[in-house]
Amino acid sequence: MKITGAQALIKSLELEQVEVMFGLPGGAILPVYDPLIDSSIRHILVRHEQGAGHMAEGYAHATGRPGVAMVTSGPAATNVVTPLCDAYMDSIPLVMITGQVPYAVIGTDAFQECDTVGITMPVTKHNWLVTDAQDIPRIVREAFHVATTGRPGPVLVDVPKDVSNQLMDWEWPETVDLPGYRPTTKGHTKQVKDAARLMGEAQRPVLYVGGGILKARAAEALRELAELTGFPVVTTLMARGAFPDDHPQCLGMPGMHGNYTAITAMQKADLLIALGARFDDRVTGKLDAFAPDARIIHVDIDPAELGKVRRPDVPIVGDCRVVIEELVKAVRAEKGKRSWPVIDPWREQLREWQARYPLVYEQFEDGPLKPQYVIDTLRDNSPDDTIVASGVGQHQMWTSQRWKFNHPYTWVNSGGLGTMGFAVPAAIGAKVGKPERMVWAVDGDGCFQMTAQELVTASAERIPVKVAILNNAYLGMVRQWQEMFYEERYSEVYLSPDLPDYVKWAEAMGCVAFRVDTPEDVEPTIQKANEIDDRPVVIDFRTDYREKVYPMIAAGTSNDEVILDPAHDPHASGH
Amino acid sequence: MSVQHHILSVLVENKFGVLTRVAGLFARRGFNIYSLAVGPTEDERFSRMTIVVDAESAPIEQVTKQLNKLIPVIKIVELAPADAVERELMLVTVKATAEARSQITELASIFEAKIDDVGYDALTVVVAGPPEKLDAMTDLLQPFGILELQRTGRVALPKLARRPAKLRAVRTRTG
Repeated sequence: MKITGAQALIKSLELEQVEVMFGLPGGAILPVYDPLIDSSIRHILVRHEQGAGHMAEGYAHATGRPGVAMVTSGPAATNVVTPLCDAYMDSIPLVMITGQVPYAVIGTDAFQECDTVGITMPVTKHNWLVTDAQDIPRIVREAFHVATTGRPGPVLVDVPKDVSNQLMDWEWPETVDLPGYRPTTKGHTKQVKDAARLMGEAQRPVLYVGGGILKARAAEALRELAELTGFPVVTTLMARGAFPDDHPQCLGMPGMHGNYTAITAMQKADLLIALGARFDDRVTGKLDAFAPDARIIHVDIDPAELGKVRRPDVPIVGDCRVVIEELVKAVRAEKGKRSWPVIDPWREQLREWQARYPLVYEQFEDGPLKPQYVIDTLRDNSPDDTIVASGVGQHQMWTSQRWKFNHPYTWVNSGGLGTMGFAVPAAIGAKVGKPERMVWAVDGDGCFQMTAQELVTASAERIPVKVAILNNAYLGMVRQWQEMFYEERYSEVYLSPDLPDYVKWAEAMGCVAFRVDTPEDVEPTIQKANEIDDRPVVIDFRTDYREKVYPMIAAGTSNDEVILDPAHDPHASGH
Repeated sequence: MSVQHHILSVLVENKFGVLTRVAGLFARRGFNIYSLAVGPTEDERFSRMTIVVDAESAPIEQVTKQLNKLIPVIKIVELAPADAVERELMLVTVKATAEARSQITELASIFEAKIDDVGYDALTVVVAGPPEKLDAMTDLLQPFGILELQRTGRVALPKLARRPAKLRAVRTRTG
């Protein structure tokens, strides 16, 4: 049967079980938008291509399925570079389809031509320029295979307009044949045994859990391992929710803005079991001072992560779920052979730190509204399985610190790239993937202004996300650094609380909008917002600009030097 | 050329853009390429790249692991110079006055090099062989005055075993 390349592309996406895609049409991708009319795939028309990319990411975060987006050539392709890079850094499965000028005119600086494959090569796991319509089904299969297996990541398929129009003989390949791509999933048996033996010798062990647990659908396996060993667990920014915050062994988030106990537990550990984590500089602080006494077991599906930053004593290449299940068996065998050290003193020490160094803030009744109070109230008034998306900055750190993530896939954020403006489109994508769940974006005023126009998309498509803007009228995290490290010389960080008028703006985009200035209005307004389920809601919370994120480890310093909130530091003079 | 360099023999899919992917990876990870030679192999689906990497800029383990992540990279073999056959080709144009000419041709014949072009006051010599031979030839031509020099970068393959695999295994066990 002869069909066009464009028809073959849509048909291939259907066969990959794509239910929804996010995009915006244009010249070079026009032929592919035509058969889309007759397709079962739902298309969500965005207002800016970056939004399509982040929505696809949010969808992937929430569902575990690959997010799919489609845009045209040239400026549209360059607009998706940010989401591609974001997905690359955070290992999000994303399939991006871009239109390209006709193959015959590639290289002539044609209208809306850019070297999409060249530009996106460093920010994709792999990309393809289709030169023959006959290759489309094979390339689509390969693209989904590469995006979703091994260490997941974004891929891009660039389709020239004449290739979309070309007739081809439809044939769906049964298998994928990529001789240079064979991810290792099963851990090396001897290494797994060695790991279990080290675990059986540790006095001060910590399970250091990263986003790889979520990618590998390994939350349940992790829980079994944690409960079998009794070891404490820290969950990195990318792994919030991978282990329940309400579990007694959970210490919460480590790193630059982690809590004292999580940071110090890693620092004083004699064994770190890194599972799908990558020793990011935001977690380790000054590298040569990081966890000096710890031996390292490092499990990752990407061999290049093992030894990239810190040399492991036991490296294990494999899928986290498979390896953890193997570890559980090995630990059981090891436990049967001899008695394990009692780690009660270590747990006692951790409990003491938790009691002594809690996360603190103070909301005065008549004082300015504290951002932490808003997040706590939002948390306590929303269902336990609410999905929370955030942008990047202070609001992101407060949300990660204060929310209780008791379920996997409830935290959607931009970790590695730190993409401001991620929250609104990512929340929309998450809500599309999980329509039955409540989805809140906690955003900053700076972030919100970068991608807010996607609320028009949400209104038009009836995607009822909710947005809490923590409006402190500043680029808050930058302001915090300028206050702490640049002698309070505030350079280009003031934004104004009233310009734009967030309520009017949200209403103009079809949302219900509220403004909250005082602590007593926080709870009733959130309750009102949570009752609305037919359109997006935006709340403009006017928060205290002086509030800083604590604890903090200054960039380039050791994790031994945790800066606590001076108002609450038990070591500070006068307290 | 010495211990600060590693030789990687990289089998890649013979598709357009593969060289860009490899070169781009080196650039963005901050690894320095000392030389790179690429050409077809016995199987038309694959090409082989011989990459000499500056070891100081790049821990070789990270280089190979990152390279392995590229989808079109099939196989990477790290060749220790002692276990590899390495060859390189060099073209050198040297100043050659009438009296120097015979000395240069004599030198060339010792190195089994060929005079490929003769000009009014210069000669172009072509020499092939192990990289050290090319280094030595360069040193010896230096006093005459080198006008231009171009090396291809090395190609390499592993040295072949001299005994059947089975006998070697026995030897390892007993010795």
